[in-house]
Amino acid sequence: MQLILESLFNGVAIGSVLLVAALGLAIVFGLMGVINLAHGELMMLGAYSTYITQLIFKQVSFLKPFYDSYVIVAIGIAFLVSGTVGILLERTVIRRLYGSPLETLLATWGVSLILQQFVRSVPLAYGSGLVIALFFGLFTPLFISDDLLNGAKGKLIRAFTWAFSAFLGVLTGGVLSSLVSKLSRASARNVDVTAPSWMRGGIDFVGITFPKTRLLIILITLISVLVVIFFLDKTAWGIRIRAVTQNRPMSDCLGISTETVDIITFGVGSGLAGVAGVAVSLLGSVGPNVGGNYIVGCFMVVVLGGVGNLLGTILASFSIGIMTDLIGAGRLLTIWPEMPSPLYSTIDFFATTSMARVMIFALIVIFLQFRPTGMFPQKGRMVES
Amino acid sequence: MKLSKRIFAGLATASLAVTVTACGGSDSSGNFDDTVTVGILHSLSGTMAISESTLVDTEKMAIEEINAAGGVTVDGKSYKIEYIVEDGASDWPTFAEKSKKLIDQDGVPVVFGGWTSASRKAMLPVYESKDAFLYYPIQYEAQECSNNIFYTGATPNQQSEPATDFMYKRSPAAGGDFFLVGSDYVFPRTSNTITKAQVKQLGGKVVGEDYLPLGNTEVAPIISKIKVALPDGGIIINTLNGDQNVAFFKQIQDAGITPSNGYYVMNYSIAEEEISTIGPEFLEGHYGAWNYMMSIDTPASKKFAKSFKKRWGSDRVVADPQESAYNMVYLWKQAVEEAGTFDDNAVREALVGQTFDAPQGPVEVMPNHHLSQTVRIGEINSEGGFTILEETGVVEPQAWNQKHPSSKGYACDWTDPKKGEKYRL
Repeated sequence: MQLILESLFNGVAIGSVLLVAALGLAIVFGLMGVINLAHGELMMLGAYSTYITQLIFKQVSFLKPFYDSYVIVAIGIAFLVSGTVGILLERTVIRRLYGSPLETLLATWGVSLILQQFVRSVPLAYGSGLVIALFFGLFTPLFISDDLLNGAKGKLIRAFTWAFSAFLGVLTGGVLSSLVSKLSRASARNVDVTAPSWMRGGIDFVGITFPKTRLLIILITLISVLVVIFFLDKTAWGIRIRAVTQNRPMSDCLGISTETVDIITFGVGSGLAGVAGVAVSLLGSVGPNVGGNYIVGCFMVVVLGGVGNLLGTILASFSIGIMTDLIGAGRLLTIWPEMPSPLYSTIDFFATTSMARVMIFALIVIFLQFRPTGMFPQKGRMVES
Repeated sequence: MKLSKRIFAGLATASLAVTVTACGGSDSSGNFDDTVTVGILHSLSGTMAISESTLVDTEKMAIEEINAAGGVTVDGKSYKIEYIVEDGASDWPTFAEKSKKLIDQDGVPVVFGGWTSASRKAMLPVYESKDAFLYYPIQYEAQECSNNIFYTGATPNQQSEPATDFMYKRSPAAGGDFFLVGSDYVFPRTSNTITKAQVKQLGGKVVGEDYLPLGNTEVAPIISKIKVALPDGGIIINTLNGDQNVAFFKQIQDAGITPSNGYYVMNYSIAEEEISTIGPEFLEGHYGAWNYMMSIDTPASKKFAKSFKKRWGSDRVVADPQESAYNMVYLWKQAVEEAGTFDDNAVREALVGQTFDAPQGPVEVMPNHHLSQTVRIGEINSEGGFTILEETGVVEPQAWNQKHPSSKGYACDWTDPKKGEKYRL
């Protein structure tokens, strides 16, 4: 019983990291059909946001009493940061490449390299400044009435908002670099997010230790999934997103601004990558390559689950998680030590982290031979296909 | 959107400007008769840049020190050392390519370079075919002995063997079972083969072994295995690489695998530099084994740490690989002075038998092109350093490990033409 419970918990813990990482991709790739290889780098930006938030809470005197809650603030900041960069990516690169998946793949891979090099060679303080400038530059026009923007002085107003945002960005960069000396120098070095003391250690329950960070990640994942489901099913924009993904020309005819829908979808998907970055930063170190380690896993989850199906993504990530634990930790050997020796040595051979990965990939390939569209294939007719 | 494009363009040029800062000589006025240019070849970009750039800093410092003390004196003439820094870019074929460039185009008499075993294996054929000389400063798995490479880092019998012995006999977990964790590449696998053979000889038991693919940070299955294999604590030998250590230590602490619960981790790749990155709060009470530790309380060690901080910033630390890099520059200088020429073969002959009062204590170049050095076992303390618990005498290097089944009974001796790379003892 204890063993089953422990294995189940481990599986869910591994699966929830995969799920939170794949959730954004399930929207961007699943709903929009955009192969975004920079998804991992958007996660990395989320992880760096956590690091920066942590440093700010440590250094700024009026925030110090709230240090213990910085992780929660970081989730919001990471969502905004990755979302902003995601929207910029959509507006500048992906928008021009809709309908040409190969070019999108190459272009986003290029963007991922740029982002990696960006965090290596630009001091984080000025990097944050740039994101702030982009954030205000992209979003202030939304709060200015269309008449003004499209009027005679429209161009001037736009230029002014960008100038103002640039000023805010430079200000943030300057303030941050003078407040937190660690952010003022560029460094290729990996950095570290330390969980506040209430999140360290584990909770002992029925003889099993449940690590608190794992519990928090499961909680973050759960909330993200619920919010996404609520957003897609119950809100007006969610319904528009689904309408556009199902039939773009018809939605367009019915007066849905497909362009706005694209921006929102991509922004939400990218923002979720940022939230995943927070979760990932609690487990390991934060570096330029942190996202790259997850990108393959994310695509695997989405494809296995069935493109365009959230339930499939959820089930796929938990089954991969549980399989990883079952095979990688050699659970079967502990449960049934007297099994016949050829079987025992085969299972023992695969009971290492490297071989478990090989095994899981092999199983997924076999599964996809029989169900090429994943666990839950999309039903109904898609206009594009 | 125009503006953001411009910002990106500006940033791109800025980052270019940052990357194009490689070559350069050291500034030191003085009266020299001539100059000699040496090669420095480490990764300044890519994943290994974090570690390898510290070696470049140390080698530059050693060269500056030598120049300030009058340079290299050969045949009554004093030479100022200048250097060309090349970037291996964490890419192993690039190391071979840049080696060729340094030897053929720049004509350097010696190259100081490398970190990973993969980079060394890529460079080896270049140096052997051109009969040039590479100085390699990292503790490694041995099982190699080239006439054209000079190894100043520890061999397994100068690091892992005394460490395993300590863990099994004198640590708080003495007599306990062993679990071996490592990254999935040549050093951890070779090192663990040796450890398994040694544990067997000692009468202990290895109850589990697992390797994490490079880049993977999901250690949950390994933690479950450790808990099944060592339910009541025991000894964990850790050969994980770089930032995988961060994930490992963060997660084992949460899972209750801590010294207070009877689990003691012995680390072969965690030095002062890594402790400060991972955070001492995760590592306190675990162990490390090195030839040099910053906390060595001798004037030579303190001077080394002090000059490094003075040269590169007070927040910098020195660690074992840097000390090896420092030693090799001085040993090369001594050998050149004794040989009276920069010519490879004469320097190679003069090198064997050179002694140097290194920050770790006296070291000597042995006929197998490795160094005899002191081994230290330290416990990681809350200040991010090691509390030194044990110190061996000077240990002679074994290029061919005597516990590894494939190399037992073999040795290397380049001073005797009949023996060479691998001969039966």
